[in-house]
Amino acid sequence: MSSPVIDTTAAELLKLVRRPAAWVLLAVAAVLNLIFAYVVPYLSYTSGSGGGMTDGATPEQLLASTLPDQLVANTIGGFAVFAGALALVLGALMFGSEYGWGTVKTMLTQRAGRGSVLLGQLTALAVAIAVGLLVMFGLGALTSTGIALAEDQAINWPGPLDLAQGYGYGWLILLTWAVLGAALGVLLRGVALPIGLGVVWVLGIENLVTAMATSVLDALEPLRDVLPGVNAGSLINTVLVDRSVEPAPGVTDAVGEGRALLTLACYLVVAGVAAAWSMRRRDIT
Amino acid sequence: MKIAEPVVEVRELTKRYGDHITAVDRINLTVRRGEVFGFLGPNGAGKTTTLRMLLGLIAPTSGDVGVLGQRPGTPAALARVGALIEGPAFYPYLSGRHNLRVVARYGGVPSARIDERVGAVLRTVDLADRADDKFATYSLGMKQRLGVAAALLKDPELIVLDEPTNGLDPAGMRDMRRLIRELGTEGRTVLLSSHLLGEVQQICDRVAVINHGQIVTEGTVDELRGDAELVVVATPSDVARDRLEAMPEVENVHPTEGRLHVRVDALHTALVNRTLVEAGIAVTELRRAERELEDVFFEITQSPELNHV
Repeated sequence: MSSPVIDTTAAELLKLVRRPAAWVLLAVAAVLNLIFAYVVPYLSYTSGSGGGMTDGATPEQLLASTLPDQLVANTIGGFAVFAGALALVLGALMFGSEYGWGTVKTMLTQRAGRGSVLLGQLTALAVAIAVGLLVMFGLGALTSTGIALAEDQAINWPGPLDLAQGYGYGWLILLTWAVLGAALGVLLRGVALPIGLGVVWVLGIENLVTAMATSVLDALEPLRDVLPGVNAGSLINTVLVDRSVEPAPGVTDAVGEGRALLTLACYLVVAGVAAAWSMRRRDIT
Repeated sequence: MKIAEPVVEVRELTKRYGDHITAVDRINLTVRRGEVFGFLGPNGAGKTTTLRMLLGLIAPTSGDVGVLGQRPGTPAALARVGALIEGPAFYPYLSGRHNLRVVARYGGVPSARIDERVGAVLRTVDLADRADDKFATYSLGMKQRLGVAAALLKDPELIVLDEPTNGLDPAGMRDMRRLIRELGTEGRTVLLSSHLLGEVQQICDRVAVINHGQIVTEGTVDELRGDAELVVVATPSDVARDRLEAMPEVENVHPTEGRLHVRVDALHTALVNRTLVEAGIAVTELRRAERELEDVFFEITQSPELNHV
């Protein structure tokens, strides 16, 4: 007989593959990434002007930012804010919907204990993010190759270690946001409130605290430096190669690489433990 | 006759919410292998809370529960139990078939057997024709049947069905009763919670009635229904009632809608008639009538003495 965790993971992936919302989120993440990392800079380059969105970069710098050697930075550059918010929505949907539809009782009356169910769900979430990230890297590679061929530019790829590091960092950032969404879904037993709170946090609170710490209130810097978005942005900052183009929103040098990794790992563990505590201790009524 | 082994054993089981709400109050219950056991009670009596505790969805405040010799909610117990609790809950964007595949995965059905088991249970509940339609498009009755199909997927020894005929039309209810009876004859144990008394009377071997969180009676359906009553229509009715209550052979008399319902041994029917006639009372109807489980249920659940034992 197979392991309850593996069975739960398989069941979760079966659900996720057929869930339209999961594909919509992946499509939105991929399209936004392509637009901001490739389409806008390339159109600005072909029109011969930098413009407001490209922050005054020269056409040559804009073209260089879309070429294959920028694949890692272009793929995970937006993960601190918009892709992070989408990952949080995925986590909240995947876990919170079970309460909205009442299917949590269906899951928990089959075979696996509550701990195994949660572990299986989290594993499926991690796998789904890994696959989604692969798709985004693939689309970025195709697009940058197309631009390089169209503009007769050399095709140079990042080294395998850089690719692996970028992929790993991207996966950790998205997984952290997704597990935070999952924990909110389990703690609040629904979808709407976790998504609302999560998105307000990612897009509102983080920006507000960061802006205040930078401009008017230095005392907020220690608080800023433990925010998940700031740490995600700091991790992304370490993989940027070309610094002639303005980085994506949320990318910052506020904290160092090691601390950012540790902080994100802590968020991951704390969110997972909170979800496990809630799932194991509370009655399913 | 050899007594079958207990499949569900509940001792002094209690569930409290805060200091003021006692949903289930020190109940004792034994369900034996192979029987179809009816768990009756009005809405809010504590049926679903009890069943959820048997499945590990709700933690008891105190008391002991054994399900197939295991603690409730443990993998060892759940692997041998199929359940439909308080309505079917599935994924609306998946078809019936895919929902069952997902449940089969959760249940640990071996990959090679999933399609075979899913097909078999879909045929059992007569849902094969609509199996590839999305769950969201199903009628309430179809959803209910899918819930029963999911409960059967693991080929369980114990099936717990909470109000399985909710939302079914008369033909669907008849089919469901037939299915539950068949499950009982296949050696499985069925624990059926319902407030539809006719359904329980037709299906169940034994019954427990819960009210205000307490078991108020338990026994076979025949034991609960007791002996048939004597229905008497006589004029003047109040004089007839006095005469009947004075008879030592009569256990109980209660009037309803112009009739007197008399609890008396069938052997004394002629004596009752003679006593009334000799007292100058005109007897226009005298017949024996079996009590329905519904009558017993209302007697029990609306009796002030039994309501707060």
